[in-house]
Amino acid sequence: MDDILQILRDNGTLLLVGQYPHGPLGGLAITLLLSLFGILLAFPFSVGIALARISPFCWLRWSATALIYVVRGVPLVMFIFWVYFFVPLLIGQTVTGFTTMLVTLVIYESAYLAEIIRAGIQGLPRGQFEASRAVGLSYLQTMFKVLLPQALYNMVPAIISQFVSSIKETSLGYVISVNELTFAASQINSTLLTKPFQVFFILAAIYFVLCLILTQLARIVERRIAERRNGSRVTPAKPVTMSRATI
Amino acid sequence: MSISLDFSLLLREEYSQAILKGIATMFELTALAWLLAAAVGTMLAIVRMSNSRLGQAAVAAYVEVHQNVPMLVLIFLWYFGVPGLLPDEMQRWINAHNSEFLFAFIGIGLCMAAYISEGLRSGIRSIPKSQLEASRALGLSYLQSFRLVVLPQAVRLALPTLVSHSVLLFKNTSLAMAIGAAELTYVTREIESQSFRTVEVYLFSTLAYLAVSLLIMGGGAALEHRYRIKGR
Repeated sequence: MDDILQILRDNGTLLLVGQYPHGPLGGLAITLLLSLFGILLAFPFSVGIALARISPFCWLRWSATALIYVVRGVPLVMFIFWVYFFVPLLIGQTVTGFTTMLVTLVIYESAYLAEIIRAGIQGLPRGQFEASRAVGLSYLQTMFKVLLPQALYNMVPAIISQFVSSIKETSLGYVISVNELTFAASQINSTLLTKPFQVFFILAAIYFVLCLILTQLARIVERRIAERRNGSRVTPAKPVTMSRATI
Repeated sequence: MSISLDFSLLLREEYSQAILKGIATMFELTALAWLLAAAVGTMLAIVRMSNSRLGQAAVAAYVEVHQNVPMLVLIFLWYFGVPGLLPDEMQRWINAHNSEFLFAFIGIGLCMAAYISEGLRSGIRSIPKSQLEASRALGLSYLQSFRLVVLPQAVRLALPTLVSHSVLLFKNTSLAMAIGAAELTYVTREIESQSFRTVEVYLFSTLAYLAVSLLIMGGGAALEHRYRIKGR
């Protein structure tokens, strides 16, 4: 226990913000930035993919389905390496590890978020779609003004869980030396050398506290939404928090 | 950007041997970690559904820890952290016996056990309590009623979740490369850095992963169809 406190005293700031303000930002700050930007940038893509997956055009449906199966079937590490090698080739200049990881997360999260949003839309009663078409809204108006707002509201807990996943996924930035939390901890471990258990225990504890707060938040929101929906006839979609599939 | 693909390099003696070994290690790791996860996950689920408050709390804590810490960090904790806590003799034995593979297997298996136990639990919860009570009343012991009555139904209901977790477990064996276990991703990276044929090597491994994942998903769907409970 003394060891752990000592390590935290000596290296606490390195774990939280890296070398900042005397050097580049790192540690927990980069982990949070990566996962936050990752999920925010992925959001518009995921809405697009979800709509494509349920669209009436088969070529759209098939390509969205293919994309989702590729993401579900290939390890995240492989995606990281693809982006690492090919984004510089495509744009003709080198990119930072941060950008590489961010691009990978956006691709990966778009597919998973798209499945959540699709489940949200398909969990709504069919009558919603029919009624809004009957009052004269176009297909896209129906989607954006009637179905998506409700689906997204019902899916807030699942989206929070997906955010937790993306926090955990940023740990793979270690593989390409992105200066995030796991990388910072492994650097501390290789300077100390004698206290590996304590260092990685601290690392695990930080992720645990951060993610536990968010998962509890997701559960509270889920309960709230279920209570609100109980009065109306809309059946809330299956709770997705339980089956969050992740790293 | 012009790329001419030349897959013949993968057939060269030294590379093809390495790739085959990598694929074999990947399957070994997947199979062993899956068995560990299934065994521990089932035990956790049974304890969670028992009447012991202490047992329930312990399982809940286990599940929260393993679902809220990245698998890579858990693998690091096992690989870098745990050996130092063991007696010297055991450390020597572990180091002599491919510790990378061993700790990757333990880390991945124990982490996925948490997910599998949650999947099973939600399956068990959808079996009416009266089934357990009825089989207890017929004279089966607690474990017998679980094994013969509740679990066979619960596993079927939980099958879609279990299949997606199996795919996840398979994909996550790639994390073992971070501690140097020579599975497919690790081998891919090595061959890439020796041959510089980036596209060919990564394309091959990516398709290999995708093919196995799709096989698991397809097999799962077939199992679901074969063992579905009629009339539900």
